[in-house]
Amino acid sequence: MLIKFYNALKNNIKNIILLLSIIPLTRLFILGLNDGLGANPIEFVERSTGLWSLVFLMITLSMTPLRQWSGINNFIQYRRMLGLLMFFYASLHIISYVWLDHWFDITEISKDIIKHPYVLVGFTAFLFTVPLAITSTKAMMKRLGGRWKLLHKLVYLIGILAVLHFLWLVKKDHTEPLIYASVFLSLIALRIAHKFRRRH
Amino acid sequence: MLIQKKSDIIPSEITTKENFENRRTFIKAAGASLLTASGLLTGLISNSAIAASSRQKINAYAKSKYGAEEKLTPYDDVTTYNNYYEFGTSKSDPAIESRLFKPNPWTVSIEGAVKKNKQISIEDILKIAPLEERIYRMRCVEGWSMVIPWIGFPLSKLIQWAEPTANAKFVEFISLNDDLMMPGQRLHVLDWPYIEGLRMDEAMNPLTIMAVGLYGEVLPNQNGAPMRLVVPWKYGFKGAKAIVKIRFTESMPRTSWMKAGPNEYGFYANVNPTVDHPRWTQSSERRIGGGLFTPRIKTQMFNGYTEQVGQLYTGMDLIKNF
Repeated sequence: MLIKFYNALKNNIKNIILLLSIIPLTRLFILGLNDGLGANPIEFVERSTGLWSLVFLMITLSMTPLRQWSGINNFIQYRRMLGLLMFFYASLHIISYVWLDHWFDITEISKDIIKHPYVLVGFTAFLFTVPLAITSTKAMMKRLGGRWKLLHKLVYLIGILAVLHFLWLVKKDHTEPLIYASVFLSLIALRIAHKFRRRH
Repeated sequence: MLIQKKSDIIPSEITTKENFENRRTFIKAAGASLLTASGLLTGLISNSAIAASSRQKINAYAKSKYGAEEKLTPYDDVTTYNNYYEFGTSKSDPAIESRLFKPNPWTVSIEGAVKKNKQISIEDILKIAPLEERIYRMRCVEGWSMVIPWIGFPLSKLIQWAEPTANAKFVEFISLNDDLMMPGQRLHVLDWPYIEGLRMDEAMNPLTIMAVGLYGEVLPNQNGAPMRLVVPWKYGFKGAKAIVKIRFTESMPRTSWMKAGPNEYGFYANVNPTVDHPRWTQSSERRIGGGLFTPRIKTQMFNGYTEQVGQLYTGMDLIKNF
């Protein structure tokens, strides 16, 4: 019985991840329909979708070190899906910014991007996620060959920009963005440490 | 033979009386806040029940001359979406963390360039001038705004009572510094106590008020009880809350936000759509109380109070003096 359950779980990990990953979005819908988004609902949606794209970015980036340090190769199977989930929440974040926050006012938006460093780095980070999402298919991987790996190194730059975006947005209390910064740096450190470990 | 056993406790480990008592108050406060927290968690006491229990009507006040024609921001938004770092940096913190705050008894000290240093209780302050309602727009530097029906009296009346000397060029407002009642002060996000200031003519302007209430009720703790400053043509952070000291000075006070970010927050902090902030757009604002699909509105010069206050700044470079 238990073994059967375990196998079912093992064979459905991707479905389980997908199911869990829509919880934050579902929550927003439920809160939105019940007048539960607080005094500034637009800010709530922007913050929530932004935070979840950052969380998914961190989870995506932890698949490689998990594989490296545990020796379990399966982790790498979930990386693409998690990366796309990051892109999904980042897109919602951008849509809420362009639509709900600024009502497609392109002049206001471009001024906001140029004048405010935190918006600039955030917007740049999003732009870099687009080519990664487009080239995430198996066919694209084949077509690009060696260049694919190089292109997808962009994820590290996206990580830096995303963390800066959060850090610079905060007025005074930097605790939360610094937590994300340290998670990001730890994930990078684990990769470097693994390289050294193999060499010796 | 008498063998004297040495005490196990070294003198430096003995708690002083003062420390002991501090700890006791702290433990009491912590216990009380735990009690409220657990009550909330189990749903025994609902959020609004706590708020309702402490809500208190103000009986006598004149209706506003300054009734803005705009729609009022709902009471719940005004009292749950607050920037009040003494109670935490999240906007929902003040409403929760200020529950144990005691705005009574309260004394305000008057100091500096005055005929005589004085102290005055909040009860006596309320006798200085009749209370009136003022419906004002409030624009936060972060790009959102509200319309709030304050109850208060002109600051000029309090200043007249304080009797400043000819040396008084500025007024400094100092807020309470007490990390037992204001748990957010345990974090040094700002240089406590909170300090704000006005130029003398700004302070004397009829629009500037000391607020002691809103929506016909006694000012809630999270909005700055028992008394706060309201300067409607300036960004919200100019409105010092829980004021304990008013000091008249010859030189310009260095405010908390000026110390925290000299490039971001100036002394004047007049609402000005043409002077941008390094983080937030100042040309437009989000009016709190709208839904998900309410667009931003244009921010007005001096928050729309140019007629009343524009003359205070004639000939001044408002880009330099932001």
